[in-house]
Amino acid sequence: MNSALMNGLYVFMLAGFIGFEVIKRVSPLLHTPLMSLTNALDAIAVVGAIVLVGEHKSNLSFILGVLAVIAATSNVVGGFLITDRMLKMFKTSAPKKP
Amino acid sequence: MTDFAGNQLLLEVLYLIASALFILSLKWMSSPRTARHGIWAGELGMLLAIGGTLLHHGIIDYKWIFIALVIGSGIGVPLGLVHMTAVPQRTALSHAFGALCVTLVGTAEFYLRTPNVPRFMMSVLSAEVILGSLTFTGSLMAAGKLQEVLPQRPITYKGQNFVNLFFLSIAVLLAVYLVLHPEAKQVFPAMIVIPLIFGVLMIIPIGGADMPTVISLLNSYAGLSAAAMGFVLDSKLLIIAGALDGSSGFILSVIMSKAMNRSFTNVLFGAFGQVQAKAAGSTEEKTVRSATADEAAGILAAANRVVVVPGYGMAVAQAQHKVRELYDALTKRGVDVRFAIHPVAGRMPGHMNVLLAEADVPYDRLVEMDDINGDFPQTDVALVIGANDVTNPAARTDQSSPIYGMPILDVEKSRTVMVIKRGMSPGFAGIDNPLYYLDHTLMLFGDAKAFVNSILHELAGNTH
Repeated sequence: MNSALMNGLYVFMLAGFIGFEVIKRVSPLLHTPLMSLTNALDAIAVVGAIVLVGEHKSNLSFILGVLAVIAATSNVVGGFLITDRMLKMFKTSAPKKP
Repeated sequence: MTDFAGNQLLLEVLYLIASALFILSLKWMSSPRTARHGIWAGELGMLLAIGGTLLHHGIIDYKWIFIALVIGSGIGVPLGLVHMTAVPQRTALSHAFGALCVTLVGTAEFYLRTPNVPRFMMSVLSAEVILGSLTFTGSLMAAGKLQEVLPQRPITYKGQNFVNLFFLSIAVLLAVYLVLHPEAKQVFPAMIVIPLIFGVLMIIPIGGADMPTVISLLNSYAGLSAAAMGFVLDSKLLIIAGALDGSSGFILSVIMSKAMNRSFTNVLFGAFGQVQAKAAGSTEEKTVRSATADEAAGILAAANRVVVVPGYGMAVAQAQHKVRELYDALTKRGVDVRFAIHPVAGRMPGHMNVLLAEADVPYDRLVEMDDINGDFPQTDVALVIGANDVTNPAARTDQSSPIYGMPILDVEKSRTVMVIKRGMSPGFAGIDNPLYYLDHTLMLFGDAKAFVNSILHELAGNTH
């Protein structure tokens, strides 16, 4: 095990705790948009796929990379779009505070 | 620490900013007031990360990157524009796409690196591919069940848990073998195919009422597989995004399991529906009181406080817009109308909130279970629309009931209970609901949308 992997484990551990604390505070009202938003953010995996396509190290990695970019991009675009549509619908009956 | 070349330094800084924006994005989701800032932060982070990646020094082929980005967007736009009632299956489908991307990248990385894969690297790569492929087929199955192209009833057989466990163990053994022998290229495809089969088998025994938990669990797996991919690619941004998604899915599954009084293992290995089919058989003849739309309208108009309890049946009947009209009509008459939201009402976490928000019900009228349960004794009418198990008092009183111990909405404590229901057949879970036989319960038989519409007509008729 080298230091890069150990660093990765630290990052994972800290991000896990931050995620736990932040998401615990999300109102149950917004659990559906939360799931579609995390889905879109998760599709950041697209960066790994982009590198595979761009570097074109082998035909296999290139083809798998293209398919992976397509799958992840559809999540990025679709995820942000539907989260935005959902959140726009949440209105309060109280008049807006200045 | 190694020195970065110019572009590489810029890329790392952009990834760092994107990570911070992702965390802020989730933080702003805590309230509907700030939630839309959260989307902007997420979008900006994504844009910076993708833009930065295009500067990556090794990239020689831009044409296909853009073609793939355009095709992906072409698929993403219609998926972002689906009708709100289709959100649960859309979410399941996007878990499948996310997992597909991770699995494909993991596969490509393996064949690029074999036979020189260090042990720790091979371990996380195996985790990435196994989690990714079981989430892929599992989510497709869940989406198929939610879209009703697959049978929604749980399918169980003798020794099911043993078979599932067997497939999972084989996948893990293959992973261990590959960690020890990373040059064994011919073993790798099996490590993809077996979790793919496991994903299907895992969802076969899951019924519709368990979907909120299962979708959350698949969300968590998708996140963890992406985090594993972050280890493989040494990308901290990916590790962070995956950890955030993984913990989000995990928290949601814990909330959903608690709301059903069940453990994770029980959801995955319990096959809920099967048990209850038997419980329904012992129903004896009992009398119910039914009422017409005219009578229901009269009672609602005379009430001071009304609590509406929506369930999946409201979504199926597409009744949310009619329900909002009822809310408007009663509010205009000075009736205090609120909505009681059970955490597992519907097919995914928060499902009812989104449907009612779509119908323009103000969100401050949507009240969570724990906050509204104390108010039922002071409520004149509890109007149950398409909800069943979440109102079943047997969960509190009958130890032999399969849902005993599940937290429920205490609707039976209100002065009058009205239940809109198609007929007396038991709900999805197949459990008889003693609520329907109480003296102060009125059954309103009919389609939810049509019945609410008739009540609206009667209310309108009464005004002049």
